[in-house]
Amino acid sequence: MLKKKKREGAEINGSSMADIAFLLLIFFLVTTTINVDTGIGMVLPPPLDPEQEPPPIRERNLMKILVNSQGLVLMDEEPVPITDVRDKLIEFISNPENNEELAISPDAAIVSLKTQRETPYSIYIDMLDEVMGAYKDLRDAASRSNYGVSYDALADDSPQQEQIKDMYPKKISIAEPDS
Amino acid sequence: MAHFKKKQAGSKQEIPTSAMPDVVFMLLFFFMVTTVLREVTLKVKLDLTQASNIEKIEQKRLVSYIYMGPERLPGNQIGEDKVQIDDAIVEDLGAIRNLMYDKLIEEPRLIVSLRVDQNSEFGLLTDVQKELQQAGTFRINYSTKREAD
Repeated sequence: MLKKKKREGAEINGSSMADIAFLLLIFFLVTTTINVDTGIGMVLPPPLDPEQEPPPIRERNLMKILVNSQGLVLMDEEPVPITDVRDKLIEFISNPENNEELAISPDAAIVSLKTQRETPYSIYIDMLDEVMGAYKDLRDAASRSNYGVSYDALADDSPQQEQIKDMYPKKISIAEPDS
Repeated sequence: MAHFKKKQAGSKQEIPTSAMPDVVFMLLFFFMVTTVLREVTLKVKLDLTQASNIEKIEQKRLVSYIYMGPERLPGNQIGEDKVQIDDAIVEDLGAIRNLMYDKLIEEPRLIVSLRVDQNSEFGLLTDVQKELQQAGTFRINYSTKREAD
């Protein structure tokens, strides 16, 4: 008579599970790239209705910046070295001495940036960077005097940040190049 | 006087390792979730420009990329400036409108990240931007590297 073998509860050996998990972990560790995308954020205007007239803008509130393909800059018909652009912009936007030629108030100021079709992208970005830098400096200064901290330190979408944003709204217009 | 027995340094003190697989698995899941395996194969040459006043894009899921730069031709040759969306080069710029509009319907808070080669001309960028305006994708981002101070 054959004796029936008694079966014991079959178990899978789990000791190598940690090794397998480690191997996978190392694979994903190596392949992961936690790269943050950085750049200059902009909001495009809606497309222009050809029949609708553009809204009137007072001349003194508009700063026209022209950049040619060599990287030479004209600000309101005046040649300016690129290193002075930021300071000139800050003066134009804040207008501390209430100059008749400069913007009435910071929130009315509009910066218009115009380049040629042949202008290299890097020059265009350099200019835009200067404009963004001017606004950043102004917002920083306002935030420091009002709240004692830098603008970056304010919490996102907090009322304080919104207030600073309203004081110095970024009104940047990218004009289409002629021909 | 009470006699204090010196505590003997235990010769058999082991750290329990039974929870190690759990810990490792947790790490594993974290990296599995954060890893983005699928990268676009670039068909244009890209050399990003630098800027200092930049911001981070936190919500990566909202971002859609447009690449612009000189086309890579076989044999290390470089062709004319082209626009690449996803995996294909867009020859007809008018098609960008529909492409981006479809993406906008899928993700209403879409951010278009423009990755443009630093030597490409501004003209092409304006043409693309005009198409983006028509598509209604107004939030854009000029992708740049951080400028070393």
